[in-house]
Amino acid sequence: MKLYEVFLRAKAGLSHKHVGSVHATDAQMAMQNARDLYTRREEGESIWVVDSTQIISSNPTDKAAYFEPAEDKIYRHPSFYPFDKEVKNI
Amino acid sequence: MSALYNYVLNLADNTLILGQRLSEWCGVGPFLEEDLALTNTSLDIIGQAKMLLELASEIKGDDETADDLAFMRDQHLFKNVLLVEQPNGDYAQTMLRQYMIDVYHVYLYEELSNSSHEKLAAIAEKSLKEVTYHKQRSELWIKRMALGTQESHKRMQNAMNHLWHYHHELFESNDEIDELVQQGIAANPEELHKKWDVEVKDLITQTPLEIPTTGWKATGGRVGHHSEYLGKMLCEMQFLQRAYPGCEW
Repeated sequence: MKLYEVFLRAKAGLSHKHVGSVHATDAQMAMQNARDLYTRREEGESIWVVDSTQIISSNPTDKAAYFEPAEDKIYRHPSFYPFDKEVKNI
Repeated sequence: MSALYNYVLNLADNTLILGQRLSEWCGVGPFLEEDLALTNTSLDIIGQAKMLLELASEIKGDDETADDLAFMRDQHLFKNVLLVEQPNGDYAQTMLRQYMIDVYHVYLYEELSNSSHEKLAAIAEKSLKEVTYHKQRSELWIKRMALGTQESHKRMQNAMNHLWHYHHELFESNDEIDELVQQGIAANPEELHKKWDVEVKDLITQTPLEIPTTGWKATGGRVGHHSEYLGKMLCEMQFLQRAYPGCEW
């Protein structure tokens, strides 16, 4: 059987989020298994299933080269803007 | 007992006995995902049984509760069709039985959701959503196995040879049911049978499966004449309440 990754959207307006994977022989079975395993307790209202082999993932050995250079680039965070006192929820 | 009670009890027993049968797969399904999926189905159907038994108990109007009807009734008082009490067999048999019932349930609940009996209509409306999904699942299993390997096709054909003769009983009628149909309470069995036939035969023509031509038809469930399998199942299902009446946990 093939492996499929399952993504759920909890409600309208949110994005699909990875929740786990299922085994299935075909795409339709993957969708039904995702429904039966991951939405038993009203966790979602939309499902994506993706053949796991279709996901291109970063290589753990690239971790240092990929992610560590961002560590000291604090100027990329939008934390240097003064806000007006009246603005509360940002 | 009233015609309505008998009608509702037949629907209730079909679901109760099927739900119990399906629950036997819990923990021994073919793989984890399918095990959980079939257990979900089982629980949906037991939920329907609960609502229908509560309605039957209410119609009956004495102190026999839904639990009494499920756990303290002897087998000759059960009114389910013989199809639902048949052993699970292999997965082809389980899924073909399921598909036959699912198609029936979809058309039955569609009709009953317009029943003039409000409570029956409400149960049907709620259950229709569940059985619509059950049918999507079982239909794909029929196709997958019938069109799969030589072995899976052989098993599905064996299931067909064994189970086909049991579907007619779902559509049996009698004077009581005719009367309820006239009153707009029950679904017309003949109409259901026509719709069922069209849909099931349409699926079969998409596969190499063949419908057996021998003429035997199962009957008797509605009047309490059951196969040997029901009693054994009830022994297990009813044991606790029989041994410890009123026990709760």
